Amino acid sequence: MKQFFIVLVLTYGFLSEFSNAYANTIEVCETCKISTITEAIATANKGDTILINSGFYQEGEIIIDKPLVLLGINKPIIDGNSKAGILIASADSVVINGLIVQNIGVSYIQEYAAIHISNSKYFTIENNELREVFFGILVEKSHYGLINNNQVSSNAVNEVSSGNGIHMWHSSNIIITNNHLSQLRDGIYFEFVTDSHVANNISINNLRYGLHFMFSNNDSYYNNQFINNGAGVAVMFSKFIEMKRNRFYKNWGSASFGLLLKEINDAEIEDNIFEENTIGINIEGSTRINYKNNNFIRNGWAIKIRGGCYANIFDHNNFIDNSFDISYNSKMNDNSFDNNYWSDYTGYDLDKDGIGDVPYRPVKLFSYIVNQTPETIILLRSLFIDILNFSEKVSPVFTPDNLVDATPKMKKIQ
Amino acid sequence: MFKILQYSFYDLVRSRWSYVYFAFYLVLGFALLFLNSSVSKSVITLMNIIIVLTPMIGTIFGVMYFYSAREFTELLLAQPIKRSTIFLGQYLGVALSLTLSLVLGLGVPFMVYGVFQSSEIWNFGLLLISGSFLTFIFVAIASNIALKHENKIKGFGYAIFIWLFMAVIYDGLFLISLVVFNDYPLDKFSLIVTMLNPIDLSRILILLKLDISALLGYTGAVFQKFFGTNTGMFASIGVLLIWTGIPVYFINRISAKKDF
Repeated sequence: MKQFFIVLVLTYGFLSEFSNAYANTIEVCETCKISTITEAIATANKGDTILINSGFYQEGEIIIDKPLVLLGINKPIIDGNSKAGILIASADSVVINGLIVQNIGVSYIQEYAAIHISNSKYFTIENNELREVFFGILVEKSHYGLINNNQVSSNAVNEVSSGNGIHMWHSSNIIITNNHLSQLRDGIYFEFVTDSHVANNISINNLRYGLHFMFSNNDSYYNNQFINNGAGVAVMFSKFIEMKRNRFYKNWGSASFGLLLKEINDAEIEDNIFEENTIGINIEGSTRINYKNNNFIRNGWAIKIRGGCYANIFDHNNFIDNSFDISYNSKMNDNSFDNNYWSDYTGYDLDKDGIGDVPYRPVKLFSYIVNQTPETIILLRSLFIDILNFSEKVSPVFTPDNLVDATPKMKKIQ
Repeated sequence: MFKILQYSFYDLVRSRWSYVYFAFYLVLGFALLFLNSSVSKSVITLMNIIIVLTPMIGTIFGVMYFYSAREFTELLLAQPIKRSTIFLGQYLGVALSLTLSLVLGLGVPFMVYGVFQSSEIWNFGLLLISGSFLTFIFVAIASNIALKHENKIKGFGYAIFIWLFMAVIYDGLFLISLVVFNDYPLDKFSLIVTMLNPIDLSRILILLKLDISALLGYTGAVFQKFFGTNTGMFASIGVLLIWTGIPVYFINRISAKKDF
């Protein structure tokens, strides 16, 4: 990752050096000699900089077919008149910086995007504001790119007629940082994307997922916030994903999850905060995943394990005030839950080593009943249910009897 | 009526049991906050206790008071006072003094630990409101029982049974019926059955605040509407009001006919 950063910084530095020394600057404004961006691109040579002054530009599709720098001054507005996509770049080393791109056409056949990058290397998309988009930034078959500090928003109503904020397909080595994505279908979507890094983004109020991985390996996402989406993050059919220090907050609804894992292997999930989600993490068919130092606070279900999950390790997590800590749908268990803090734990610690002397059983009988008959959720926290849970705790019949935390912590893990 | 209310109220406020009840909640509140160190977790623990305890204390105390105040009642009946005034006054006296013990007993420790600065103030307030409702409802039910049965043992027996039924047995039957009729659409049924029991109702009222994320996990349109909007909150409070009204109406009716 570090090497990649250096390469990127060098490339960027080299490019800007290059353009200062040899390239020309072409200015576009409403009263200039060149008044449209299309015209400026046509007259520009490789590596030139096009300065776009503030104004309103409505030119339909703008095709960037050579390495160019598009630099907006005082946020010029490029409008698509809700007809089609706008900026389409198919050359290497394209830089798009400081523009407002708005009103992209909605199509059920074509993927219209505010900025469409295809077959490009070393592209940079920075400081743009993309409004009322269908797709925001669409990247296909491109490598070594930087997408930084953009604001992408739309007014998505249903999944069919809306697009994704940042959509990646068959790409690698992309860095996506400091973007704000709202009211889209998926905030960020990865399909066949490898060795990429997502950090410090905020994905909020999206219809489907805040961040969505499909068939993407060796990626990582750090320090992002996922608030009030259909589901915070969905990771499906992927391997070697690192998920660290993210916050998943208030993803509410009958099919809402903080994090949805389906058919994924060998991932690291560390230092994340899952707060007030209907389901913190929903796990299905996932193997060899390490969950470490995560906080699960006031979720409906902290973790829901659906089946086909083997050799997962839950270690040093905090489970605080969740309605259900863990829900299982079978009696088989091949995962380990050790050294966690459970706020529902009622055991004692006579030898004062900070570890409870009585093992904790995180799966309650009531969570089994709710799995079978969902309406019984209305009896949550009833005295009768507490009595039932207690009797199951004493002698497990319906819940996996080897699912215990043998070394529960007495105090919250900092 | 106010005069009678005043008499029973002062009589009860001066009595040992009110102080014991008040001290119990005071100690409970301080102990919970001391052990849990976080206000939000204390509110959850407290909810479990309030839902079970306030109805029990309400029924037992209510029955006890109406039996022990029998002579006083007979004395009052000899005076030119309306019957309903006497009994409603006594009822309100008991219910108010119990509610006062509850609110003060829990309010003081939580205030000391800074509930006003915490975001839990609404949850805590709701907890006190549903505790007060339960007190009013169960004292009214208890006074009905006490007025109906001359035999004290029988009266106590019925009162305790009613509490046990509402707090535990009802939920058991409810759960069994949900599991047995699993194949049918049950969301309307389960909401209606919940409405029919004041303890369940106030539990739901608090769940709406504390466990809303879990309640929204269920995929029924009726549930979604009930829990997802303010409908649930208003409906629950409305039905709790009805639940207070009905037994009070019966106190009035029984006391009008009863021959002392």
